[in-house]
Amino acid sequence: MNIVVLVKQVPDSGSERKLDSSDNTVARASADNVINEMDEYAIEEALTVKESQGGEVTVLTVGPGSATDAIRKALSMGADKAVHVTDDAVHGSCAVQTSAVIAAALQQLEYDLVLCGAESTDGQVSVMPALLSERLGIPHLSGARKLTVEGTTVRVERQTDGGYWMLESSLPAIVSTWDTINEPRYPSFKGIMAAKKKPVETKSLADLGVDPASVGLATATSRVLDFAGRPPKGEGVKVADEGDGAEKLVGYLAAQKLV
Amino acid sequence: MPVRRLVPTQEAADLLELTRDLARSELAPRVVQAEASETFPREVFRTLGRAGLLGLPYDESVGGGGQPYEVYLQVLEEIAAVWASVGVGVSVHGLSCFGLATVGTPEQQRWLPEMLAGELLGAYCLSEPHAGSDPAAMRTRAVRDGDEYVLTGEKAWTTHGGQADFYKVMARTSDHRSRGISCFLVPGDAPGLSADPAEHKMGLTGSTTATMRFEGVRIPAERRLGEEGQGLPIALAGLDAGRLGIAAVATGLAQGALDDAVAYAKERETFGKPIIDHQGLGFLLADMAAAVETSRAMTLHAARLKDAGLPYGQQASIAKLVATDNAMKVTTDAVQVLGGFGYTRDFPVERYMREAKVMQIFEGTNQIQRLVISRALATGVTGATTVLGAPQPALVS
Ligand SMILES: Cc1cc2nc3c(=O)[nH]c(=O)nc-3n(C[C@H](O)[C@H](O)[C@H](O)COP(=O)(O)OP(=O)(O)OC[C@H]3O[C@@H](n4cnc5c(N)ncnc54)[C@H](O)[C@@H]3O)c2cc1C
Repeated sequence: MNIVVLVKQVPDSGSERKLDSSDNTVARASADNVINEMDEYAIEEALTVKESQGGEVTVLTVGPGSATDAIRKALSMGADKAVHVTDDAVHGSCAVQTSAVIAAALQQLEYDLVLCGAESTDGQVSVMPALLSERLGIPHLSGARKLTVEGTTVRVERQTDGGYWMLESSLPAIVSTWDTINEPRYPSFKGIMAAKKKPVETKSLADLGVDPASVGLATATSRVLDFAGRPPKGEGVKVADEGDGAEKLVGYLAAQKLV
Repeated sequence: MPVRRLVPTQEAADLLELTRDLARSELAPRVVQAEASETFPREVFRTLGRAGLLGLPYDESVGGGGQPYEVYLQVLEEIAAVWASVGVGVSVHGLSCFGLATVGTPEQQRWLPEMLAGELLGAYCLSEPHAGSDPAAMRTRAVRDGDEYVLTGEKAWTTHGGQADFYKVMARTSDHRSRGISCFLVPGDAPGLSADPAEHKMGLTGSTTATMRFEGVRIPAERRLGEEGQGLPIALAGLDAGRLGIAAVATGLAQGALDDAVAYAKERETFGKPIIDHQGLGFLLADMAAAVETSRAMTLHAARLKDAGLPYGQQASIAKLVATDNAMKVTTDAVQVLGGFGYTRDFPVERYMREAKVMQIFEGTNQIQRLVISRALATGVTGATTVLGAPQPALVS
C-alpha cells in the first residue's frame, strides 16, 4: 500500500496573518509558518494504514524553500520520504493551477491512496481532492471522519452537518480527512533524528513537464483584487437578568442565527 | 512569548519546537489542577518519555538522545516555563541515571536503555533527615552478605519517592566519613523498601517528595555502581550536572512569571493607561527581564564548558545560585505586578513564588553553592582560553 499525503505549509492560524500588499497573495516570508493543521490528520491516517498494511508513505508538497520545515515535521512523525515541488513560477497560483502541478507530481509517483486535509487554513478553498480526481481520473472521497482499506477497496464515512454518508470506491483513490478522524501523534526525538536521513526529492516545474507560463498569478483563474482588515470589535451586548435572562439570551442567539 | 535561542543544529531546533508543542498541549491543561490537588502526574512523564525527552543528554548507543547539555537544558527550561514540578522531575530522572552512565560497567549499562527510554522513572537518595547539606554524615548502611548487599536506614526528601521505578542510593559501606560511602541502583519493588506518606510542601506540590525506608533491602552485589567507597564522589559529580538542571528549571520558571507579568501589565490600566507604561512598573519588568536573561546566559555558559569536556563545577554552582535567586526575585515581583490579584490563587504567579523558594534549597542550598564557589576561589583554579571545536555531543559512558 503506497500512500501519498499532500501537505501544505501555511501561516500559523494562531498568529496574525497578512496579505502581501504588492500582489494580494498570502505573505509567507514574514509569517510564522506551520504545517496545515488538517494535514496532520491526513499524515496520521496514512501512518495508521501503513502500520496495518505495510507499504510506504510519501509526503508531497508544493511550496517555497521554507516549506522544508513542514516536510521535516511530516517525516519526523514517521513518513518515509518526501517530494518537494518548488519553483518561483508557482507563486500566486490559484487552486486550479496548483492542482495541475500536484497532478503532474503524482503521476511521477506510485500510489494506491492519496490523502490530504479537508481544507487548508489559509485558502480554505477545499476543492483540491475534486480537482485532482478530475485530472487523474480516480475517485475522490471527501471529508472523511473514518477510513478503512480492504484489499483494493477504500471505505469512508463522510462527515456531514447532520450525520455521515458511507462511501466506497476502488483504489487508487483520493481521500480528504477532517480533524475528527484521529488524534495525530507527536513526533518523537528519535523521529526527528531519523527524519534527517530520509530522502527528500526537490523538483522544479521543468522536472514535472509543466509549462511555467501555465501557472502563477498572471494566468490564475482567480485572484484577490482587494482586501480590508477585520472591523474592530463592537461593544458587547449586556443582557440584564430580570427572571427572563435565559429567554433573552436564547432570543439573542436565535436572532443572530447562532442557534 | 517564545524566547530567542541559539542552538547548534536543526534537530535541536525541531526538538525545542516539539517540547513547546508538548508543553502547550499536554502540560498546560493539567498543571493547575494537579498542583492544587497535590497530584503527581505520572502519565505526563510517560508522554515525555515516549517523545524521547527523558534521556536527552545520554549517548545514543545506550538509548539516549545524544544531545549536548546546551540543548538539553533549554528543553528543560521550556518544560519548567509551563510546569516547574515536571521540569524538576525530568532533571531528577536524568540525575538518577547519571551514575550508571558514568561509572557503570558495560555489563551494568544493559539496564540503561530501559531507564532512558522513558517508561521508567528514576529517583535518587542522598539526603537523610539529619544530613542534607552535609551528606557525608549519612547513616544508612549497606552491608555485604555473600553476593548481596543489605540496605538499612532512611533517606529523606526523595523526589519521586514511592513513585519511582528505580532509586540511585548512597549508603555507607564503612565508617570512613567521605570514603565509606557507596552507590547502588535499587529497584523500586525491592522487598523491604517503602515510602513514608509524602511531605506537605509549600510549593512544587505536583512533585512527590517522601522519605524512603530501607528495612533490610537485599540487592545483588552487581547493583553497586563503581567501587566501594566511591559513592560520594559519584553523588557529587552528579550534583554538578544536576545543579545545571535546576538552574535551567529556575530560568524557565522565571521566564514563565515574566511572560505572565508582561501580558498582565499590557492589559491592566490605572490612571488612564496600561500599567506597563508607568515607568515605575515598566522598570520593574525591565529588571525582571534582565534577571531572566542573565540566568539563561550563565546556565548556558556553564553547559558549554561541560559540553567541551572542561571543568565546570564552579560555574554550575554560580548558575544554580544566580538562576534560583533570580527566580525568587522575579516571581516575587510578578506577584507585585499583578497587585492584589497576584496574591490570590486565581492567578498562577503566587504559585510560581512558592515554587521558586525550594530551588534555593535543594541540590545544595545557595549557602552551599557559595561554599563551593569560594573553595574554588581559594584553591585558585587558573583560567584558560579554549578554542571550541565540535561540541561533545553527549555524556559518553
Ligand atoms: C522539595 C525537595 C526535594 C528534594 N529532593 C531531594 C532528592 O530527590 N534527593 C535527595 O537526596 N535530597 C533531596 N532534597 C534534599 C535537599 O537537597 C536538602 O534539603 C538540602 O540539601 C538541604 O539540607 P537540609 O534540609 O538538611 O538543611 P540543612 O543542611 O540542615 O541546612 C539548614 C540551613 O543551614 C545552612 N547551612 C548548612 N550548612 C551550612 C554551612 N556549612 N555554611 C553555611 N550555611 C549552612 C543551609 O544553607 C540552610 O539554610 C530535597 C529537598 C526538598 C525540599
